[in-house]
Amino acid sequence: MLDFPTWKKVWLWGLTLVACFAAMPSIFATASLPWPEALPDPEVNLGLDLAGGSHILLEADPDQVGSQRLENLEENVRTLMRNASPRVRIGDVATNNGRLSFILDNPANLDRARELLLPTVNGTGLTREWDLSVVDGQRIVLTPTSAGMSSAVTQAMDSATEVVRKRIDALGTREPTIIRQGDTRIVVQVPGLQDPDQLKELLGQTAKLEFKLVDQNALPSDVLQGIARAGSEIFPYAESSQFAGQSVAVRRLGGIRGDNLTGAQQGFDPQTNEPVVNIQFDQQGGARFARLTTENVNRPFAIILDSEVLSAPNINEPILGGQAQISGGFTVDTANNLAISLRSGALPVDLTVIEERTVGPDLGADSIRRGTLAMMIGSVAVIVLMIVTYGRFGIYSTIALGFNVLMILGIMAGLNTTLTLPGIAGFVLTIGAAVDANVLINERIREERKRGRRVIAAVENGYKEASRAIYDANITNFIAGVLLFLFGSGPVRGFAVVLVIGLFTSVFTAVVLTRMWVAGWLRKARPSDLNV
Amino acid sequence: MKLLKLVPDNTNIKFLKLRLPLFIMSLVLIAASWGLVAVKGINYGVDFAGGQEVRLTFEQQEEAPIPALRELVAGLGYGTPVVQEFGEPNQVSIRVRLPEEAENVPGAATEIGNEVIQIIEAEYSDVRRDGNDTVSGKVAGEFRNDAVFALVAAMLAVALYIWIRFEWQFGVGGLFALFHDVSLTLGMFALFQLEFSLQIIAAILAIIGYSLNDTIVVYDRIRENLKKYRKMPLPELLDLSVNETLARTVMTSLTLLVALLPLLLFGPASLFGLTAAITLGLFVGTYSSVYMAAPLLIWLGVNSSSFVPQESVVDKQERIARGEA
Repeated sequence: MLDFPTWKKVWLWGLTLVACFAAMPSIFATASLPWPEALPDPEVNLGLDLAGGSHILLEADPDQVGSQRLENLEENVRTLMRNASPRVRIGDVATNNGRLSFILDNPANLDRARELLLPTVNGTGLTREWDLSVVDGQRIVLTPTSAGMSSAVTQAMDSATEVVRKRIDALGTREPTIIRQGDTRIVVQVPGLQDPDQLKELLGQTAKLEFKLVDQNALPSDVLQGIARAGSEIFPYAESSQFAGQSVAVRRLGGIRGDNLTGAQQGFDPQTNEPVVNIQFDQQGGARFARLTTENVNRPFAIILDSEVLSAPNINEPILGGQAQISGGFTVDTANNLAISLRSGALPVDLTVIEERTVGPDLGADSIRRGTLAMMIGSVAVIVLMIVTYGRFGIYSTIALGFNVLMILGIMAGLNTTLTLPGIAGFVLTIGAAVDANVLINERIREERKRGRRVIAAVENGYKEASRAIYDANITNFIAGVLLFLFGSGPVRGFAVVLVIGLFTSVFTAVVLTRMWVAGWLRKARPSDLNV
Repeated sequence: MKLLKLVPDNTNIKFLKLRLPLFIMSLVLIAASWGLVAVKGINYGVDFAGGQEVRLTFEQQEEAPIPALRELVAGLGYGTPVVQEFGEPNQVSIRVRLPEEAENVPGAATEIGNEVIQIIEAEYSDVRRDGNDTVSGKVAGEFRNDAVFALVAAMLAVALYIWIRFEWQFGVGGLFALFHDVSLTLGMFALFQLEFSLQIIAAILAIIGYSLNDTIVVYDRIRENLKKYRKMPLPELLDLSVNETLARTVMTSLTLLVALLPLLLFGPASLFGLTAAITLGLFVGTYSSVYMAAPLLIWLGVNSSSFVPQESVVDKQERIARGEA
């Protein structure tokens, strides 16, 4: 037990020093360290609760992806049947319960319709997108397959993540973290953000822009009650608009979407000086917009953003240049946000903020200061207690404790883990608990001496007999810690990670390193009695 | 240098003499804890209840206008908020619970949070936002499930390990001691209506870890003594084991206490609940190792045969054949 050949010593010291070395960039600013360029520069990441910043969890509603998909399918079916030659005539298209169904005017067209739908139904991927069934020989029903549905959700989330990234980049924040989580969630972490409100507003805005013709034949009393005529639908005015509280009936089909944009900027209306958003369509979008405005001069059309009407101006003349101006009671800020959202594209699905955690930079810095202070006082108290109780052996455990703290930091840096506020508590607890191993060993050595064993035998037995309990206790703690890390959330994980790493380093420093030092001392000094 | 001895040599305190009354008392305390949890309920923080907690500093004022804030936020119609000092006198935390009907509305917590912040910032110009947590009902529910699952899984897994390393009686004893610690901690939170947040789950993990440490040290010594003194009656043997490890128990509790106290006194306000829970758990955990984990071994019928290899029938015949006694 007390035999340490040179190779073993070299290994132990090597391991200790490498881990401690890795802690240096986390303790001192790298700029002030003569840190070799060639070496990696591991640094413990500070959690947002220490560094300050915002953590935002966004969730999409997968049902919405389904209904969006159904809407696209409806348009697709209509176009396919209309453009077929000869044309396949169909009755009303019904979409309910997530399914789409329509009746063929002539049952003889069944096979042709089926053939026309084949590419859509099969999709481009490996799995079929829709199940096609025929009822009564002339009604075609399309039901989404679960594989098709889940790949649609995945796709929507992928592009939503991309849009989120573009919007956050537009804010000019540094080092944002944007991660998909689970099937329908996105985690956004932005360190050091001063104004989380703008971020939340940007991420909460789907920015689905539509231009639809106002249904002028709708009865105002119906619109008031929210009753839409066949072929039209009703949208409320946005709260910022001067008509807030009122609604508009628009024609369901025949409008255009604002997703073919090449640019969007905040500007001012030359006449009223009101903040507006100027948009530029791409060629295709511009052509469609030109056609819509040419065919409907002197009729009003509604500009709809995320199912709310911003304004419903009259089309005074055809708009041919592919440029348009959107007004709707904006402030400079809201116009600016909308411009950013439109530039980054519409979110394919609404995102809702379901969890937000923001810590101001002052609070974070204060937590670090207080946490460090408490840790220092605690360490000094533990050290004094250990030295007055165990003398020389107490000094060994104190040195081991120092290495322990450095090694935890070094390993955390190397594994790229994050130090959070509960992690600081984990540190303090580890400092208090790490010496337990030394207490066990030293008490055992005392006991063995009392029983009359000679110095070497007492030390050897002390380490041997105490090790059993030390290992058992640490392994059980390890099991508990790992389970809490795996299944726990947020602060629990930050705490568990420090605790688990601390278990390893505690056993290493408090048992292995101190034994090496004690063995070296016994060999050199050959004491005839132990003051322990 | 004369070294400090916190516990005199060769103590012989009859710890287990009181085992029955104390065990009954503990059972009563466990039952009372769960009764308190059922009757008074746990004061869940935003993590588990959903809602918003915002921390503010009033930079131009000596003292935060707590009653005025309470009234102001209550005026929004989401119930009376919990407004309390947080750290300094001019710092407050304001907690608004998610109304029951909003629990299934994903964006409700964020919206309520925005309203609370807006109304306060409109009223007071010197307010600085230090932190803001909003948690929707769905996420809060997930946190609850995760926490319960993680704690139960951790407790069962360590009991299993103790069973494998020792004997099943030790596994049961250890698990029961942990159950005792967790119950009493929950009871304490119900009694004083302290805020129960995710951090407290971390604290319970620490208590479990510490209590286990203690239990294993005592159990290890019991196992050793069972092998050494095969004829000693079990209660006496348990007392001996507890006494032999007493110096270690006192010393380790003390080092933990001196490490935790500065955190409790000078640490960040956000860590107070966590540290307080661990500090209380320190005492509960030490107590449960001696008065829950150990006496259970008597009642579960542990004896030295568990750890001493049994003589097989063949061995016995051979021994007799050799003419040995």
